[in-house]
Amino acid sequence: MGYPYSHDLEVGTQLSRHFGDEKARTLEGWKELGGYATLPKALEMDPDAITEVVKNSGLRGRGGAGFPTGVKWSFMPKEPNGAHYLCCNADESEPGAFKDREILRWVPHLLIEGCLIAARAIRAQHVYIYVRGEFFPFSAILRDAVVEAYEGGYVGENILGSGWSCDVTVHLGAGAYIAGEETGLMSSLMGGRAEPWIKPPFPAQSGAFGRPTTVNNVETLAAVPMIVAEGADWYRQWGTEKSPGTKLWCCSGHLERPGTYELPLGVNLREVIYEVCGGAPNGKKIKAVIPGGSSTAMLTADELDCAGCYEGMAEAGSALGTASPIVMNEDTNIVSAMRRIAQFYAHESCGQCVQCREGTSWTAKILHRIEEGEGTGEDLDTLYHLCEQMTGRTICPLADSVVFPLLSSLDKFKDEYEALIKR
Amino acid sequence: MGDQVKKPLHPAAACSQPFQVTDLRPTARLFDDPEGRDRLEKALSRYPEKRAALLPMLGYAQERNGWVSDENMAEIAGELDLTPAYVRSVATFYTMYNKHPVGRHLIQVCTCISCHLDEAEAVFERFLAETDTRSGEVSEDGKYTVIEAECLGACGFATAVQVNDRYFENVTPEQVPAILDELD
Repeated sequence: MGYPYSHDLEVGTQLSRHFGDEKARTLEGWKELGGYATLPKALEMDPDAITEVVKNSGLRGRGGAGFPTGVKWSFMPKEPNGAHYLCCNADESEPGAFKDREILRWVPHLLIEGCLIAARAIRAQHVYIYVRGEFFPFSAILRDAVVEAYEGGYVGENILGSGWSCDVTVHLGAGAYIAGEETGLMSSLMGGRAEPWIKPPFPAQSGAFGRPTTVNNVETLAAVPMIVAEGADWYRQWGTEKSPGTKLWCCSGHLERPGTYELPLGVNLREVIYEVCGGAPNGKKIKAVIPGGSSTAMLTADELDCAGCYEGMAEAGSALGTASPIVMNEDTNIVSAMRRIAQFYAHESCGQCVQCREGTSWTAKILHRIEEGEGTGEDLDTLYHLCEQMTGRTICPLADSVVFPLLSSLDKFKDEYEALIKR
Repeated sequence: MGDQVKKPLHPAAACSQPFQVTDLRPTARLFDDPEGRDRLEKALSRYPEKRAALLPMLGYAQERNGWVSDENMAEIAGELDLTPAYVRSVATFYTMYNKHPVGRHLIQVCTCISCHLDEAEAVFERFLAETDTRSGEVSEDGKYTVIEAECLGACGFATAVQVNDRYFENVTPEQVPAILDELD
């Protein structure tokens, strides 16, 4: 695999410019490439001024939900009466998403700098970078970078002589998708099962270790240094009014050139799939695309002319999610693909809510039955009924995650289900 | 990629040592030697609460022994002022802590959606056939355990396979024998 994939559309800001360059992994190499230039500036700024810049830039959370980052930061108490924490969510486990790992392994210092600036803005004293356990080769690179940053005086006591101190700890998870949900992440960080909790209390009131906490995605935090350095207007030259900036698109499935591409938000989805990624290999036609990671609604090949941004994908009846299109060619068995997705969520349900624990596993079982040719007409009704029961009735959105692709596949590819049932 | 640093461990690194380096020594006690004490103390220094060192210590147990035994769980519970039952409830929640011994090479084949659209099932079957095992079993020579994994986060490089701490990407069934040779 080559990095970076070149294409006319590619933007190549600080986020992805140094992917593939091993020099960027070391402190010395990263400084030569212009790294850690923004931190001194941020150390001189008032924390609220940093939040203001990020708010004005319109940066939205890259973990899937798209909540405005600056607004999230502004929920943190302005006058701390104890510790504040920042959690960096590097538990990238959504099927289809593989963007954060590129940041972790190629530009770890960019992430550390982003974490520090964010920590300064929310008045946090400790940053926990929660990396999914499977990523230990990449976490080792990040861990070495953190140690180097400590030794270089960029992390720890009295950072760069500013009098401000902040620690960074890389924390390894151990294989639980649900730890990517922000409250699940904090449960896990505190030494528990990664079970999400009901909000309120919101993390900014009472999060990790009962203290005000902000949880941000890796890609969100990695975008912070360039925004603080160049300003909100500079960042807004890309993207749309409601979705400014650039985004790492990670494209997988039946594609000529799958991979991670940095593209402006608002880019046409059809262009991403056919131009950037070269469409399906071997001259096959594309049947369906799950545009934002496996938890978003399927689109048919005719529905791909939509703007690849938060509002554009919502208009198209799906969601941007993590901008991770999974492409399926004309030979794909939609029922089988859907069964595999349901199986993932059944495996990863934490088991707290009945609707999710039972709903996901029954969905997977019924889909498996249909796939094997043993389904009955009633099964489709049961699936619709399950979808209804699993929507919006649980602590976290894991159950909804299976409903979006399932309902859309039932609506758009009903003939495939029926063909298998009649057989 | 992922080479271990040989100098003394920095406290900031204590919670993130790669685990699943599957060395099948009989489950050694964890905290009787200076190395174990050091790991525990450094991990504890990174969190405001003792309990938060639980995942790092379960990881350490696995790093040392290849799996997490009941004895190790009880030991960790003692050090962190938790009950063995609580430690077990956490350890069993996470799929990556092996609750029984595994082969020296733990082979995890991702069969989730993007890899499923590729040839993941065939790669998985080929690994089972070549190692002459059933899913989750330790091969007779103690070398291999093959299991299916949920999304390994390498969807653009399907089929993804993880062996201990190494990623193999764009794996086809035909490449399986060569990968196994490389592991020995």
